[in-house]
Amino acid sequence: MNSLPSRVFETAVNELAKLPGIGRKTALRMALHLLKSRKEDAEAFGMAIIRMHNDIRYCRECGNISDDELCSICGSPKRDKSIVCVVEDIRDVIAIENTGQFNGVYHVLGGIISPMEGIGPDELNIEGLIEKVNSGSLTEIILALPTTIEGDTTNFYIYKKLHSSAIPVTMIARGISIGDELEHTDEVTLGRSIVNRTPYESIIQKKNQ
Amino acid sequence: MFLHKLLLSDFKNYEQASLVFSDKINCFTGNNGVGKTNLLDAIHYLSFCKSFFNPADTQNIRHGQDFFAINGSFQRNGDSNELVQCIQKRNQRKRFLLNKKEYDRLADHIGNFPLVMISPYDRDLISEGSEIRRKYIDSVISQFDKQYLDDLIQYNKVLVQRNALLKTFAERDFFDSAQLEIWDEQMIRLGKLLFAKRTRFLEAFIPIFQHYYTFISGGQEKVDVQYNSHLCSSEMEILIRENRSRDRSAQFSTVGIHKDDLEFTLDGFQVKKFGSQGQQKSFVVAIKLAQFDYTRNIKGYKPILLLDDVFDKLDDVRVQQLISLVSQHNFGQVFITDTSEDRIRRIFDTMDIDHKFFSLPLKD
Repeated sequence: MNSLPSRVFETAVNELAKLPGIGRKTALRMALHLLKSRKEDAEAFGMAIIRMHNDIRYCRECGNISDDELCSICGSPKRDKSIVCVVEDIRDVIAIENTGQFNGVYHVLGGIISPMEGIGPDELNIEGLIEKVNSGSLTEIILALPTTIEGDTTNFYIYKKLHSSAIPVTMIARGISIGDELEHTDEVTLGRSIVNRTPYESIIQKKNQ
Repeated sequence: MFLHKLLLSDFKNYEQASLVFSDKINCFTGNNGVGKTNLLDAIHYLSFCKSFFNPADTQNIRHGQDFFAINGSFQRNGDSNELVQCIQKRNQRKRFLLNKKEYDRLADHIGNFPLVMISPYDRDLISEGSEIRRKYIDSVISQFDKQYLDDLIQYNKVLVQRNALLKTFAERDFFDSAQLEIWDEQMIRLGKLLFAKRTRFLEAFIPIFQHYYTFISGGQEKVDVQYNSHLCSSEMEILIRENRSRDRSAQFSTVGIHKDDLEFTLDGFQVKKFGSQGQQKSFVVAIKLAQFDYTRNIKGYKPILLLDDVFDKLDDVRVQQLISLVSQHNFGQVFITDTSEDRIRRIFDTMDIDHKFFSLPLKD
């Protein structure tokens, strides 16, 4: 597979192979498929990608992708603007939206603090969050960052920055997956779940809500 | 628990081998290069899913062959048989099966068939740098404490990030204490937990070690292990605060449990510098025997003990002491290698313990 019969074709394969999760063989298959498809279809495919880059905007409030100045979540009158859920990136917004359990709005950081990768607080959208808090209209900040040490550290940084404002800061619960047997849960998670157990009464009340 | 039967296929120098063991003492004898230690290594595989010597699994396949297989049949409490299989094909992942059922994660297997190996390489514990001693105690503690292992991994991640941040500060010529504090806080929390567990472990471990050293040496020498940590003399919070400017100019974290070390002394002097080869050997053997004891106390049953070339450098008195020790009832199944069949026969034939000799190379 070292040399392909056409330079143009090879460029297309190389570009496809840059996509996450796509190896060279899959890229070759995709390129052949696109080459064989109708010209209009291939053009629509290319245009969609070009338009995505030219036309997509980022929501002024939360940093989510959007067609307008405000994204559909921030722009919706049904959402509770006083509860803000802090997430690492747009994929997390989509994941939480899919649960259908959250009616507040989001704040996308665009990453987490990791000096190794050269990402400090200044590279992230933390100032925007502080401004929101200082505006005084919020009642709760929910931290929903990854459960890695970098995620924990970012949580801690945000918490320290918001501490003086006296706004309640919560963190999403971590523990045993729904439907899992205890014996198959890894020891660290199970141990943490025991330490951070929750009052049963609060669970019944939430179910009845 | 003991290993009843071992079957090898194309493992190291063995094309095919089948051995049935005693539940007490088993001796492998033969000249250099016949494969005495390879048998111990096969047993090590069954317990730890890896070689004691060579981390590249495929290099343990017999030259020119496509795979190796190790089958071990263990007996626990009388008659229940447990079959452990390890199969390594070239260019494939290593497979481990218990009673024909494959493990999803190798980590689930480790610890089920505990084993302690005493080998000539143990002297690295004395002669090499502090990292190997930290790794040793970490490996013993984390075998039975998964939380410790997790905290340790987290601590090391924090350390790498904190060091990267210190480097960034220096490169870009700025400083933001808020950015450093968030890592400090994690390092303090995890460092304290790890320090407490290391301290607790060594408090239990050192007296057992001293007991064994006294026994092997005949009680003439006094040995000690000193746990040296920055945290012994001060609180982690204070250390981090006081060394902040030093960390900044060094561009890495100068204090913490990642600098811990163990100091080995014999009659008050450093074993590394002043101990004879025989004394150093006795020292590491006693450490490994203490590990055996510690493992047995936690597991509730006796691990398998592998003694590779222990007679090297020890005098006859110490050899006699060591052998009589491991033949006692608090030890279980033991595997010993020696180049001299005569020597080892002389020792065991006078003793009232079940033993079996395997003269290598094996005959069909």
